[in-house]
Amino acid sequence: MGAGHAHKLYRHGHSPVHDLPPHCKLAAVLGFVVVVVSTPREAVWAFALYGVLLAGVAAVARIPAGFLLKRLVIEVPFVAFALLMPFVVPGEQTELLGVSVSVPGLWGAWNVLAKGTLGVAASVLLASTTELRSLLLGLQRLRLPPLLVQIASFMIRYGDVITDELRRMSVARRSRGFEAGGVRHWGVLAKTAGALFIRSYERGERVHLAMVSRGYTGTMPVIDEVTASRTQWAHAAALPVLALAVCLLGWTV
Amino acid sequence: MHVPDGFINAPVSAVAGVVAAGAVAVGLRGARRELDDRTAPLAGLVAAFIFAVQMLNFPVAAGTSGHLLGGALAAILVGPYTGVLCIAVVLLMQGILFADGGLTALGVNITVMGVVTTVVAYALFRGLTRVLPRTRRSTTVAAFVAALVSVPAAAVAFTAVYGIGGTTDVPLGKVLTAMVGVHVLIGIGEAAITALTVGAVIAVRPDLVHGARGLATPLKLRVDGALVDLPAAPAAASSPAPVAARSTRKVWAAGLAAALVLAGFVSFYASANPDGLEKVAADKGIDEKVQEHGAAGSPLADYGVKDVENARISGGLAGVIGVGATVAVGSGVFWAVRRRRTPEAPGLRTTESV
Repeated sequence: MGAGHAHKLYRHGHSPVHDLPPHCKLAAVLGFVVVVVSTPREAVWAFALYGVLLAGVAAVARIPAGFLLKRLVIEVPFVAFALLMPFVVPGEQTELLGVSVSVPGLWGAWNVLAKGTLGVAASVLLASTTELRSLLLGLQRLRLPPLLVQIASFMIRYGDVITDELRRMSVARRSRGFEAGGVRHWGVLAKTAGALFIRSYERGERVHLAMVSRGYTGTMPVIDEVTASRTQWAHAAALPVLALAVCLLGWTV
Repeated sequence: MHVPDGFINAPVSAVAGVVAAGAVAVGLRGARRELDDRTAPLAGLVAAFIFAVQMLNFPVAAGTSGHLLGGALAAILVGPYTGVLCIAVVLLMQGILFADGGLTALGVNITVMGVVTTVVAYALFRGLTRVLPRTRRSTTVAAFVAALVSVPAAAVAFTAVYGIGGTTDVPLGKVLTAMVGVHVLIGIGEAAITALTVGAVIAVRPDLVHGARGLATPLKLRVDGALVDLPAAPAAASSPAPVAARSTRKVWAAGLAAALVLAGFVSFYASANPDGLEKVAADKGIDEKVQEHGAAGSPLADYGVKDVENARISGGLAGVIGVGATVAVGSGVFWAVRRRRTPEAPGLRTTESV
């Protein structure tokens, strides 16, 4: 907990993108991703334009390209799947670098790679310009059930505590010479998980008692009401609206 | 298994989103009942637990390792409603904060990884605990089977979603081969760790395990070296008994509904499998002919045949899992119905002893 409450993806800054209200940003990212997903895959240039749009947002937010690219690594498992597609999809075959691959498979791989990467990049931009607490407030403003937002906020706040507990148990195991080397050690790991569950659950009960003793009645008081002005909404809407224009062009051309 | 954007087309993603929203709404209502007014902090901490436990890597074989999905574990430890809710929250936060899984695919992710795993695992767990003798060991065994089936079930559900709304026409048999094959392996690890974890928690705090609530034995007094049933005040004895009876009946009704849905769902795919396989076989047959015309003796022909065989084996495997799940749940339903009708004595005896 000593490292502050910012999550690892967040990058502190004071750019125009950082200053937008969180629910505007959430709505904009969601709109953008929906538009990207519904673009026909044959319009290759449209995806390039989307990339340029996101690069523009990153520039305004002063997020360095290296930071953004490092976060895209999360996509790797599905990239592997996409790379398999040209070989397993039946259909018209073509030669590429001396290997016989199928045309629909290539299109499928391109589709998943392009849309997936753009989606991840948009999410990473959102996460790196929005603080955790304001993200949760934004979700609440977007009419997510308050109970769900509360659960999410508890999960985020105690996520680090619980993960640290797991890490400490792992340190304790290793300092006693334990090394997980196969099926024989599943029992040890399972006991770790069991102990972790009991600790989490009991902590939950203690947290609840602490909250009740401070006057909790089932709803959290909203202290800072975030509101968005018309211009802020307009700024946030720039991304999805431009993307929509590109998408419509992609369908017509 | 987090599905990214662009993998499933927009209409199916939207439908999955509606399904997921409905499941979360049901979860919110049910979790209030499971955890009374402690929902927010307790469910939050359990979600944090699942989040942490997904980082717990277990070694599978030399050099490779897997991590827990946690659906079955959550359902058995805290109940199905809270389980669905916690996994949905974990997935939501992973999607927004860590860009793990696409935002438009959030509905698909919650439906496949949250709802299917927890519902399948819990229905199977309930059915098995009804059939098996009421001991701690059988709870562990039921947890093992539930977790074992829940992971390939999620893979089958993913394949179904992909079949309806996949953006690329990869033959379904192949998707099923890849998904179910890999996830049977993951499922074995998941099952072992889940069962051992449930066992570990039962050993320390059996009252915390939602799936083992029926195991509590009535207190006994030791009087002059002999065990005597605790004499209870009549008012205290009469009031909790009906509550318990009513709540198990309610759980049982929900379990029966879930089992029926499950049986219909799984058997549909078990019976739909041969069609998909025939289609693949036909596709590959056509492919082979094309190969003979063009490049005879290319490795693709051989590959095709091999793959159909793979698909058939894995399809059979999926079928076995589906049929096994249906039989297990179905026999659980049958057993419970029969047991309620014939002997009223055990029920009476327990109420007397309390």
